[in-house]
Parts: sequence; structure tokens; C-alpha cells
Amino acid sequence: MARMKFICDTERCIECNGCVTACKQENEVPWGVNRRRVVTLNDGVPGERSISVACMHCSDAPCMAVCPVDCFYKTEEGVVLHDKDMCIGCGYCFYACPFGAPQFPQAGAFGMRGKMDKCTFCAGGPEKDNSKEEFAKYGSNRLAQGKLPACAEMCSTKALLGGDGDVVADIFRNRAMKRGKGAEVWGWGTAYGKPDQQQAPKGAKP
Amino acid sequence: MTRARSLAVAIAAIAAAAAVSGCGEKDQVIVYQQGKYQGKTDTRPADNEPGGSLYTTSKWTKGDKGSWEAAIRSRNQNQNEYTRAN
Repeated sequence: MARMKFICDTERCIECNGCVTACKQENEVPWGVNRRRVVTLNDGVPGERSISVACMHCSDAPCMAVCPVDCFYKTEEGVVLHDKDMCIGCGYCFYACPFGAPQFPQAGAFGMRGKMDKCTFCAGGPEKDNSKEEFAKYGSNRLAQGKLPACAEMCSTKALLGGDGDVVADIFRNRAMKRGKGAEVWGWGTAYGKPDQQQAPKGAKP
Repeated sequence: MTRARSLAVAIAAIAAAAAVSGCGEKDQVIVYQQGKYQGKTDTRPADNEPGGSLYTTSKWTKGDKGSWEAAIRSRNQNQNEYTRAN
């Protein structure tokens, strides 16, 4: 069974924001809503790394667990989707999500929260596939057209890979072996620094 | 006395069970029944007509999940430049 996943190769991401633009264009995402963002760690410092982040379509999704109206569902392809007709815009999913994926369109001077919007892995939503209603609420349904998410397919350096988890993992593994490194790209060391180089926070008592 | 104690223990056990019955996780096992995922109507991608949109290159048999997955896997290889360039 296909299990849809994204992976971003930080060795390749050049922070061009092409994925963000592709997503915005493909789904006609409103102003103020970013289904995908590029995050740069140690910006301006030699060795900086960028990563493209959106909904990771978690296997055990915390947004699904906390939603008070149970508007989320997961498809057979492992894509986490939600029903905007049920969403009440409470924002619990935003607090629960470790990636900041749920977005809320802001309208009015005081930023009233609307219904939640997030990456759909270009799989639309509960409306009829590829209908006008589906596009208006959820954006494009590329999976139903036999395509993969626009962000991954448009990535110029192929840093962002998206698709069947097995295939994506094979592509990444092959790439890491060809260039002779990559196993260290993901893991604790990349996220938090190497254990032997860890420094205590300033002001910490020894 | 023993009877009263056992009754108190039983009541406490029932109260504890009732108190935690609200806790738990929603079932996230994916079941697609009668066109619905966990009560929300949706259509599976494979149930669509291939070539229903512009610029579609993937070919599959409508309703055949296996052929849709094969088409997606094949398209996935477009992201692998090692198979494209070398």
C-alpha cells in the first residue's frame, strides 16, 4: 500500500521557496496562509541548512486526536485531510501540531480566525474529486489526476521529495550512497548539534 | 465489616473505571466503507477516470488501486535524477 510522505534533503535545499510558490499557485491559497514554508537554521552562518516544512501527514496525527469536532480523517494513502464544513476554527490542531502546519485565514482588523487550512498532499478533500467546490475549499486534487504534490514535482534541486514513502526513501538512500554521505543528515545530531559539541545555555549553572 | 470493605473497594473500582472511560484515543485505523473515511465522504484517487484532467501522463484502470499505485510509483521516479541523467 502506498504511504504518502515528504522528505526534504537539507544538503540540497537552496531556500529558493519554489515549493512555497508552487503550492500557492497550484492551490490558489489565500493571502496570509502558508501551507508550506522554508525554514532556515543558522541563517547567514556558514553551514546553514534550509528545510521545506508542511503537514507531515503523521501516522498518529496529534491534530486528529485533539480535534473537538472530529473533522479530520486519513485516507488509505496515509494522507491526513479534514472536512472544512465541520471545522469550527478553534485552533486546537495548531497547538497540537509540532510543525505548525494548520493555518488560519485572517480577516478583519482583529484577525478573526477562519476555518483551518493545511497541506492536503494535493489530495483535495471530502467534496467530489476535481470539482469546483473541492478546489475552492481545499485546492487541487493532483493524486486523483495521477500526479504528485506540486511542491515536490516543481522542486528545482529535487531537495523536496514527495510520494510513496518506500520510493522516496529509496531515492534518498541511493542519493546519500552516491554522494558518500547523508546518513547523518537526519537525526538528533542535525537537529540539536553533535553530542561532543553541545554547549550549555548561557547563564546555566555548571 | 469485611463485606462493607469489599463493597467500598468495588464502588471505588467502578468509580475509577467510569472516571477514565472518557480518556482514550480515537481509532485511526483506516477503513474505507461505503464511500466514507471515518464518517467523511471522499473518493479514492484510483476511482477517478485517468486522463480526466489536462496534462496527465499517468495511466491506470479506473477502480484498480494497484494500477494507480503503480502509476504513482512510476511518476515518483521523475524525482530521481539518477535514473534520468545517468
